[in-house]
Amino acid sequence: MEPQSTQSHTEQSHTNEDWQAIREAVGKLCRDFPDAYWREVDKQEKYPQEFVDQLTASGYLAALIPEEYGGAGLGIAEASIILEEINRSGGNAVACHAQMYIMGTLLRHGSEEQKRRYLPPIAQGDLRLQAFAVTEPNAGSETTRIETRAVRKGDSYVINGQKIFISRVKQSDLMMLLARTTPYDELTDKTRGLSVFLVDMRNIKGNLEVQPLDLMINHHTSTLFFDDVEIPADSLIGEEGKGFRYIIDGWNAERILIAAEAIGDGRWFVERAARYARERVVFGRPIGVNQGVQFPIAQAYAHIEAANLMRFEAAAKFERREKCGAEANMAKLLASEAAWEAANACLTTYGGYGFARDYDVERKFRETRLFSVAPVSNNLVLAFLGHNVLGMPKSY
Amino acid sequence: MKIMVCIKQVPAKDSTLRLTEDSTWIREQDLSYEINEPDAYALEEALRLKEKHGGEVVVCSVGPDRVQQVIREALAKGADRAIHLVADGGSRLDSYPAARLMAEAVRREGFDLICTGLQSDDLGFAQTGVVLAELLGLPHATIIMEVQAEDGRLKVKRELEGGWFQWVQMPLPALLTIQSGINKLRYATLKGIKQAKSKEIRRVIATELGLKAEELAGRQKLHRVYVPVKTKQTEFIDGSPKEAAAKLVEKLQRDARVL
Ligand SMILES: Cc1cc2nc3c(=O)[nH]c(=O)nc-3n(C[C@H](O)[C@H](O)[C@H](O)COP(=O)(O)OP(=O)(O)OC[C@H]3O[C@@H](n4cnc5c(N)ncnc54)[C@H](O)[C@@H]3O)c2cc1C
Repeated sequence: MEPQSTQSHTEQSHTNEDWQAIREAVGKLCRDFPDAYWREVDKQEKYPQEFVDQLTASGYLAALIPEEYGGAGLGIAEASIILEEINRSGGNAVACHAQMYIMGTLLRHGSEEQKRRYLPPIAQGDLRLQAFAVTEPNAGSETTRIETRAVRKGDSYVINGQKIFISRVKQSDLMMLLARTTPYDELTDKTRGLSVFLVDMRNIKGNLEVQPLDLMINHHTSTLFFDDVEIPADSLIGEEGKGFRYIIDGWNAERILIAAEAIGDGRWFVERAARYARERVVFGRPIGVNQGVQFPIAQAYAHIEAANLMRFEAAAKFERREKCGAEANMAKLLASEAAWEAANACLTTYGGYGFARDYDVERKFRETRLFSVAPVSNNLVLAFLGHNVLGMPKSY
Repeated sequence: MKIMVCIKQVPAKDSTLRLTEDSTWIREQDLSYEINEPDAYALEEALRLKEKHGGEVVVCSVGPDRVQQVIREALAKGADRAIHLVADGGSRLDSYPAARLMAEAVRREGFDLICTGLQSDDLGFAQTGVVLAELLGLPHATIIMEVQAEDGRLKVKRELEGGWFQWVQMPLPALLTIQSGINKLRYATLKGIKQAKSKEIRRVIATELGLKAEELAGRQKLHRVYVPVKTKQTEFIDGSPKEAAAKLVEKLQRDARVL
């Protein structure tokens, strides 16, 4: 039998014309940034600036910004399709996905003045807000344990502490920062006492040291040292002490978008693996004839399609402003696992060539592994489901 | 300047091509579609002319409902409105009926300029544009690589063979068939995609234009479509290394055309 197109079946039930148009338009843009481009930026650990510039100029990263602030005013499903399509075409949307969603904290909890000041230039691409500093050496999964302090002094806050794994700091003008404004021991409710700040890194007072981390992927992630960094008091977003709640509000959108990226990766792996299995001839026949080769690919495909349904379910609930924590987290869990399954199936199918950089499989393999660890570990997703959805004892 | 751009939806370049059982065409159910490449350049040129001189860009496409995909793409890129001439046959429709339909539909619109692609990626006749010009009684120029519009006249650069070009002056209204590579294509923007939804797409069916079936009958018949047979041939080049290298270069240039 000839190959069916890998255009998915589940997708069609969700497809409307806009989604299709967005897919095609993003796909066209991505075609001008082929495998060789991503291979090269990966090898040289370069930021894919040309790609991000083009995507920005065409307004794709402003998908979620309301029209009144100069964005496209689209929903989470449309935004997720953009990121999915980038990964599906062989690229890596992680390089710029956060420009899409970090502004959500500002949009939901910022003052009108802050929104008017920052959102239009962010929508235009003149201001980059794609760094969100939460994780610390002593507080990864346990966010409420962060130690970086912000102390009010007159018209300023003075920040001291350390953050780790903070992505795209060097590719951002603004950084969203979660810092402690009340010491942990003084709190009865441990989810209080944290605040969110919008830090303008273009004119920093004090010393903010940025030390790039050497990672297994091309990710531009740094350790940050805050040494008496002084920021204007009006950098505070919303109310002091409510920062943890604000960032939780942003998690669902982030989970849905990450799920879409993983689905994009999964589709890339399945497409490549299926093609290679049809074409590679060993023992006088295509390797895809062997069910040992064929089934893992088909299995991964089925899992990706299932994750895809959960992602659109989460997106639909998100748009209707219903509770969607369970769905958004499950989408991220299922999609990251399915993508990893597809990555392994693809690598196995390619044999030794899977390890050769020229085939791009090893690059995507490294890249997609991230989604089960960051921005949240799948363990914590399960812990959340076990406790919040299934009512079992809290384990975190 | 009021400009019309004719755009055709053709099988996508990366489609799997399989022949129909009677070997007269490719199986359409296997295909995905895209805008014909030279037409995308024609649209880009029209949008640039509009940005420079003001006016309106209207896209026109002939084919079944699926051609709305390329119409929407054109609207997302900045065309102001569209005319969809509903016709079966799609990419099999040959040049004359397609041109005839378009001519009748737009005769009264009074376009200053009509741009088409030089040829289509599927049938490759390079006829539709010139036939349309003839039916509308417009002067035309083909294989256009540059367009300058001044004082109601056009100065256009035509691509000839062997690296030669020709500059032609002509009055407006006129029709140009545009060559791929004349400009750099823009991407559809996200806002453009959103705005495209509220732009007008006028649907016109052939009978509304007072055309009879026989007037739209194809003038050409495709007898057989086949996949070229691949052959391998090994050729030894004799002579000293220097002579052999010279011969090899010549072969690569002349026969293989890869240099
Ligand atoms: C490439 C990359 C980019 C990143 N970018 C950012 C960024 O931009 N901003 C930012 O703030 N952070 C960022 N991070 C950090 C990321 O969010 C954290 O790594 C992640 O939340 C996990 O924290 P941790 O590494 O400290 O792991 P830990 O919290 O130390 O956990 C280690 C392991 O123990 C497991 N574990 C811990 N507690 C439990 C429990 N109760 N039950 C079961 N298992 C448990 C975890 O699931 C994990 O498997 C990034 C990380 C990476 C790798």
